[in-house]
This record gives sequence, C-alpha cells and structure tokens, in this order.
Amino acid sequence: MTVPAPGVRLPAIEGWFSDTALLGTRCGACGSYFFPPERTFCRNPACGSADLEETELSRTGKIWSFSINHYDAPAPFTGKAPYTVVAVELATEQIVVLGQLASGIDPATLKIGDEVEIAIEPLADGADEVVWKWKTT
Amino acid sequence: MENDVAVLGVGMHAWGKWGQPFVEYGVAAARSALADAGLTWRDIGFIAGGETIRNGYAGYVAGATFAQALGWTGVPVATCYAACAAGATAIDIARSRILAGLCDVALVVGADTTPKGFLAPTWGDNPSDPDWRRFRLLGATNPTYLALYARRRMELCGATEEDFALVKVKNSKHGLANPNARYKKEYTVEEVLESPMVSDPLRLLQICATSDGGAAVVLSSMDFARSHGVPEPVRVSAVSTITPTFPNTVIEMPNFSTDSAATVAPPDLPFRDAIAAAAYEQAGLGPEDLSVAEVYDLSSALELDWYENIGLCKAGEAEKLIRDGDTTIGGRIPVNPSGGLACFGEAVPAQAIAQVCELVWQLRGQASGRQVESARVGLSINQGLFGHGSSVIVTR
Repeated sequence: MTVPAPGVRLPAIEGWFSDTALLGTRCGACGSYFFPPERTFCRNPACGSADLEETELSRTGKIWSFSINHYDAPAPFTGKAPYTVVAVELATEQIVVLGQLASGIDPATLKIGDEVEIAIEPLADGADEVVWKWKTT
Repeated sequence: MENDVAVLGVGMHAWGKWGQPFVEYGVAAARSALADAGLTWRDIGFIAGGETIRNGYAGYVAGATFAQALGWTGVPVATCYAACAAGATAIDIARSRILAGLCDVALVVGADTTPKGFLAPTWGDNPSDPDWRRFRLLGATNPTYLALYARRRMELCGATEEDFALVKVKNSKHGLANPNARYKKEYTVEEVLESPMVSDPLRLLQICATSDGGAAVVLSSMDFARSHGVPEPVRVSAVSTITPTFPNTVIEMPNFSTDSAATVAPPDLPFRDAIAAAAYEQAGLGPEDLSVAEVYDLSSALELDWYENIGLCKAGEAEKLIRDGDTTIGGRIPVNPSGGLACFGEAVPAQAIAQVCELVWQLRGQASGRQVESARVGLSINQGLFGHGSSVIVTR
C-alpha cells in the first residue's frame, strides 16, 4: 500500500475532480458533456463518437434543489448527520450535478437559485480522502 | 383490443415485516391468484418471477425458486430485475409470451423480504458500483433524491408541507380497510407534521417504509378466458416499460448528474410523463378515461408529481387536486385507493404487481371498504432505478 506524503490529499474517487474543478468529458463530435467522465463512447444516441476529451467543468453554478439529511446514511457513507446534499445547475454544460454542502455553511440559509462554487474538502471530518463539495459564494 | 390479455386471477400475501423467507410470500400469493382464477399450478404454461436482490441466490433466480416451491412441472421460466419496475417488466414478459401464442396462461410472481432502515448497496465494498459510490461520496439515500424533488415542487408550484401531509392523510384513510396493507392507522395532518424530519423537507411519515410481501397475477389469452367461462375479464390493455430519452434532464437515483442538454434539446415529454404517454397510446386511451390510479408514492410529495405526469391535471396544479379532495375515494379521480406505499411500504419486486392486483379488484367491484364506484379503467405507474419505466393500464 502506498502511503501518501504528509499534506497530500487522496481523492475519494480517481479522475472525477482536480484540486480546483470537477472533471468531465466533452464529445468532440456533438459537444455533449458528461459527468462522471464518460470515457468510452458519447451517450447521445444520435452521435456515439469515441472522441471524448477530458474537460474541467464550470466551477460555479446555481442551486437546483437541496436535501438536509437528519439521519446517517448507511455504509459506505462515513459522514455524520446532519449533512446536506445539493443539486447544482451548471449553465455552460446544462447539467445538474450533486455534491455535499461544504462544511461550515448553515443549510437554513440556502435558497434555490443561489450561486455556489466548488470546494475540495475531506469526505468526512478527519478523513484522509477528499471529495468535491459546494459552498455558497 | 387485439393486444389485450385477460387477468384471470390476482392474489397477495399481506405486507408487513414478517421476517420469513420471501419464497413463502410468493408462493402464498401465487396460490391465492391461482385459486382466484379457478386454475391449478399445473395449468400454467409460463412463469415470470420478479427478482429480489436482498435474499441471496434464490432471489436472483426468483422465477425458478417459485416454480420449485410450487412443484416442478417443466414450465418455461423467466426471471427479471428492473428495481421498482420489476413486477411490470415480469407482467410484460408474460403478456408478450401470450400475445406471441407461446402459451395460453402465465403466472407472474414477485415477493421480497427487506432489511430494516434505508435501502443500502447490496454487493459489499465495491467502488465500481454506482450505487456504492452515491452512498460513499454523497450519502445520497433514496429519500435524499425524493427530498430534492419535494423542495423543487415547493419552489416551483407553491406546495407546502401541509400539502404533502394531506397525501399521507388521504392514503392512510384509504388503506384502513385493505386487508393486505401493513399500516392501518389513520393519521392527521398534525401527526404527520410532528413526525421526525428525515430528509428535509420530508418527514418520516411522508416517506415509504421497506416491507415484506408478495403479489401474483394469472394472465391468459382472451380466447382462453372465454373457454374458461370468463367472457368479460378485466384486461391488461397496456404495459409501458420505456427508458428515458437523451438528454434526461431530471436528476435520478442513483445518478450523480443529469444528462447534458448543451447540444441536444430535451425531449418534449420528461421521462415520467413519457412512461404514462406510452401506456395511454398503447391502450388507445387518455387521462380523461381513467376511473382510478395507483401511483408510486415513495414520498407523499412524489404522489403530487405523478398526478401531473399521468395527466390528471396540468403542471403545478396537483396541490389543488389534493386540497379539493379530488383524489380521495368519492372524488373526481381517486388515487391510491389501496392506501399506496404509505400504507404498504415497499416490497420492491412485488410492488408493481400489487398495484395491478388492486386495480383488478377495483374494476371487479371487489375492493371492499375502499371501492371506487363504477371503475372501468385503471392505471398503475412507477419507475425503477437506472431508468425502467413501469405503467400498466387495465380495462373492463
């Protein structure tokens, strides 16, 4: 097992996000975006191209909806309730992407339509692994 | 209609948390449906089983498991899994066999034994499973997604927590007289709104439980029904098992995102509307023809979405229907006279079959204590994880 150097953050999943942005793919033929990154064939049934390029997705978007969870989800979730899941509309890509709400933000202050920005944070308190989350701007 | 098949028998094992092997519920439901049809297991020419994924290998091959328990007869078998839509898919396979002339009579069975609490990933520590990932990375339980829809509805349509509570109140009243319902307690709006918040804005009494139960139907060709002395049976006039059309712009369990609409315009009908539209088209009927509907109230808020998806009202008008009592038994178009998932909880592979059982009892006038008057056309609808449409129209 590889032990990471101190300060190096392990992504909770490989290839879905960088230090600053979500990573998706874009079809070179029809322009459709995919997240999680689709790496084989474009899923537009009128296209089907294999020409998929990795691309950083918009770092900001608008809240489509959100859910404030008051009970712990079952394993393999490692966080603790309450925690909030936010659905965010990205304008350029025209997709809605889920993510947890970043730490330190009171979900009672959220409104549909509010602008949010990506943050890379520990999966749960004290976790070595990091994941993308959404924070209000 | 030339593509109709007859429903000769329906049967259920009561929903509950009985803790017995799922096979027992399935066999009890099957025997009950066979008795209702006036047939024996040896008359059956095909069996379709809804797969259960939480009951070991026997559940993966549920069709054969039921056949073995009923006693091997050499009958052809199929087992299918389509999450919440498994029952409708099994019905569709049986219907297709009959319409193709490959058998005269088919038995469809679904049953489940479910663990307590949130439905969780089934296949262990498997990071390649999208279902594992949504729990690991997001903690996105099923109620999480249901709450996203509910809050969206509050924002766009002016729905209130009271509206959602009214759905639970209605269904709890409907289910009181249903011998197969698990929960037989009438709730008030206050009681619903005092129940613990689970996934804000949804409370415990607005989210369906997971249950044990079994349901079965016996289907036959119209010719067989006539020769069996049933000239005017309840018929299955449509089964819709469609998938979404790209781009699906609604965030669905267990996905992390929607499809992108950046370069391809979304379809005219969103997925849930399209499921119903395909069923109506097959049956040559429309929402105005419905007498009764069984919709999948995974949450009480979702029931309101379904009113619009199946065309009972325009988008944004479902709150008026529930407030005016239109969907209560005795109202313009009763919805979930069985009590719905609110009174049953979900037994996944049995649930879509149970919806059809209720509609058949309604159309035969046998829904004692919860009868919708002069019911002639019934529609069931739900949606299975990963994009399985499920809608059945029965007519008389």
